Amino acid sequence: MVTISSNLLYTAFILYLIATVFFAGSIKDKKNTNKGPNKWAAIGLWITIIGFAAQLGYFITRWIAAGHAPVSNLFEFTTFFGMSLVGAFIVIYLIYKTPILGVFTLPVALLMIAYASMFPREVSPLIPALQSDWLHIHVTTAAVGQAILAVSFAAGIIYLVKSVDQSKQSKQRFWLEAVMFGLVCTLGFIIISSSFSVSGYKAEFNWVDKNGQEDVLEYHMPALTGPNEAKLITEGKFEPLAEMPAIINAKKLNTVIWSLASGIILYLALRLILRKRVGAALQPLAKNINLDLVDEIGYRSVLIGFPVFTLGALIFAMIWAQIAWTRFWGWDPKEVWALITFLFYAAYLHLRLSKGWHGEKSAWLAVIGFIIIMFNLVAVNLVIAGLHSYAGS
Amino acid sequence: MKEVKCDCGHVNPIGTILCESCGKVLEEKEKDKKLLDMRYEGSARRSQTYNKTIIDKIWNFFSSVKVGVWLIVITLIASALGTILPQEMYIPPIMPAEEYYEDQYGWIGKLYYDLGFHNLYSSWWYLILIASIGISLVICSLDRVIPLYRALKKQRVSRHESYLQRQRVFGVSQPEATDQAFTMAKEKLKSKKYSIREENGNILAEKGRFSRWGPYVNHVGLIIFLIGGMLRFVPGMYVDKILWIREGETKVIPETNGEYYLKNDGFILEMYDKEKDKEVFEEAIDKAGMVAKNYQSNVTLYKKQGDTVAGEEADLEKVKDFEIKVNKPLKFEKFALYQVDYKLNELNKMSFALTNKKTGEEYGDLTVDLNDPQDVYDLGNGYKAEVVSYFPDFEFDENGEPITKSRVPNNPAFVFKMFTPDKPDGEISFVAIRQTIEPFGDNEYKMAFKGIDTKNVSALTVRKDLTLWIIALGGVIFMIGVAQGSYWNHRRIWLRRVNGEVWVAGHTNKNWHGLKREIEAALDGTGIKVPEDQLQNQSEKKG
Repeated sequence: MVTISSNLLYTAFILYLIATVFFAGSIKDKKNTNKGPNKWAAIGLWITIIGFAAQLGYFITRWIAAGHAPVSNLFEFTTFFGMSLVGAFIVIYLIYKTPILGVFTLPVALLMIAYASMFPREVSPLIPALQSDWLHIHVTTAAVGQAILAVSFAAGIIYLVKSVDQSKQSKQRFWLEAVMFGLVCTLGFIIISSSFSVSGYKAEFNWVDKNGQEDVLEYHMPALTGPNEAKLITEGKFEPLAEMPAIINAKKLNTVIWSLASGIILYLALRLILRKRVGAALQPLAKNINLDLVDEIGYRSVLIGFPVFTLGALIFAMIWAQIAWTRFWGWDPKEVWALITFLFYAAYLHLRLSKGWHGEKSAWLAVIGFIIIMFNLVAVNLVIAGLHSYAGS
Repeated sequence: MKEVKCDCGHVNPIGTILCESCGKVLEEKEKDKKLLDMRYEGSARRSQTYNKTIIDKIWNFFSSVKVGVWLIVITLIASALGTILPQEMYIPPIMPAEEYYEDQYGWIGKLYYDLGFHNLYSSWWYLILIASIGISLVICSLDRVIPLYRALKKQRVSRHESYLQRQRVFGVSQPEATDQAFTMAKEKLKSKKYSIREENGNILAEKGRFSRWGPYVNHVGLIIFLIGGMLRFVPGMYVDKILWIREGETKVIPETNGEYYLKNDGFILEMYDKEKDKEVFEEAIDKAGMVAKNYQSNVTLYKKQGDTVAGEEADLEKVKDFEIKVNKPLKFEKFALYQVDYKLNELNKMSFALTNKKTGEEYGDLTVDLNDPQDVYDLGNGYKAEVVSYFPDFEFDENGEPITKSRVPNNPAFVFKMFTPDKPDGEISFVAIRQTIEPFGDNEYKMAFKGIDTKNVSALTVRKDLTLWIIALGGVIFMIGVAQGSYWNHRRIWLRRVNGEVWVAGHTNKNWHGLKREIEAALDGTGIKVPEDQLQNQSEKKG
């Protein structure tokens, strides 16, 4: 069952990849200049729907195998996030029929699923705190809400790719390129960690933690930054270039450095091939899109996503917290970051309604909102931890 | 108070920008604009009209969306600051917070502590921020909702030409058969669930007006929620106690006025087992080593019968047996008991034998209940042991005197006085785990350690929260309001005959794409031209 499940996930991944190509092709297709989506887009949509069905199959079979909804660790949650993003894209696409949205949304979903599979993938049993129906009610609603909000990020990026002037230097051009670089770094992390994982790299260190306790740490990437008082036990492996004080998590820092380095190499390679900024290279894709329509898609996604997010990530969360943790609110970092996301989109809506922050300003806000969501997903789990920390192991 | 009378005869409150009835522009500076500012229907808001007294100024400050957004953003940043390092309630109680932050995080930790960020969410300034948001919610809602309600209530079907012209979606055309076109459009709009009003042959089609109240409904929900949060500080509304209860023990449940008692029938800790649990978990269990499956306290709840005098044993009647697990609290009356912690194998009983040191002969066993030791243990035949002192959690203080750190028997120690027929004055012996001290030189007898008996201890949180229903009510109203405002749109389409022409205008509070599609569908085949989006045309000309 678990094997079938994983295969379905692979299938979905490949299908999304193919669908992206079709959506991109539908924009390049010059024969079809009259309005509305053409054949390429129609095929792309069908492939996306089949991919979505395959991933739904992954989700259901894994649920059956585990006996609980597969949203209980970082791999499962992030994969579900990716699936919801595709689902949200399909719905929004059916309303607005804009192939370009697929060109930007599907890669984000792809990155998300690939990123998810860098984490332990085995089916894990539920610890007592998670044994509740609220697990799937709260987590899935929150993820769907975040995914719908993420569509506004894709719309925002499309808007910026089209509207930001690439021919002269500006803050906008710089930051848009920074966002592109961030996406490339994620890809870099995925490539580098899967390469080392395929090659089976493993180096063990004896080290001393900040309380003076000796322990063993296992690295899966060559150690650039070694842990405090590190002694390499595995023979013939790379000796750390620099040793970190015990207060810093040297292993995570090492991963960050590797991801950044591979991101930079990848980015430079891209620049060499494209001979222009990534943002500039994407610009032709957005050539025919109407900015107002993209702006509206972004706004609409926030409007649809915000109530769902509030329901899942705050209301359902509070109900469950009252049952499992004795109190509905406890200022746990994950709770606080859900509140921050809520406040941020509340500010977005108020600015839009009353201060007339439409168009480009709105698009930038959508990008920041997505960064907050990603921060809550990645950094809060891996760096800040807290009560939700089991989601990361 | 002065009022503004419009040409159409309608009397508007002072400060009105667009006539509530016909929509004509009343404010001079609005007259040159190409498109109308349709927010709040151009109604007279107090904050835009008065700015003289202190009250006006406070009102205007809190009714401003700009101020509201700033409050939200500042709260957002403050909240984020509180997650950089753990809050005080989440740090392990190994040392005082003052030392802990510096010890663990260096100078950053010290700064964090000195700035008070270790208790950020209960700091006075954070509470002021939340309170300001609350005030802002009340004032900005009142400032807008009343005039908006008036304006929508009083709106006329035939709007002034200048009003229609300056709508974002507007068009003029001359269909061949106007009457027929109107009837057809009317039918189509009706089938799209518009409510139609007619006046002098003009049409106003409107739907989803109730979505305009969404923001105000959700603000009411938030205010109720915040009030619920405040009520926690009213005495009696909120109980947060922890009850450590040993297996076999019966204890009064705190904060129940001695009404309820709880007996711990046993604590259960289960781990996942590769052999017994689902095979798919094997890999994960191997990796993690141990994965907890269940924390459970089997308890019996008792209720006290009648009144008892202090010191008298309470007369208890059993209410029910219950298995408290994580996610399954025991509920009774307004209380809930939660499984939150445990301690395995706490020392419970210790057994000794009074023994002759030379011959090794034993003169009887005694077992001390570490939570309730007797004064004297009589072993018969003239042998007895007296407990002179008992230290449940023993250590030596700086003067070398034995003291106890707590009442929990973590490291019990005793001073025994042993009486035997040949030593009627008794011999003193200090007995602790793995050590015996004989303060007055060599004894003939000793208390030989025989064994221990342990018990598990459950920790249960005792919770009463009478604010929950208010919080829940606030949450429900908020959700209704947000859904109402987000998933429905207020759309209006005006069809007006002007000198043989047909003027069409449309307005929506959001989702213009949807409105335009509906207008297109409604006018299809009527001969009336589909109106244009003037804003889009503007931007296209610019671009």
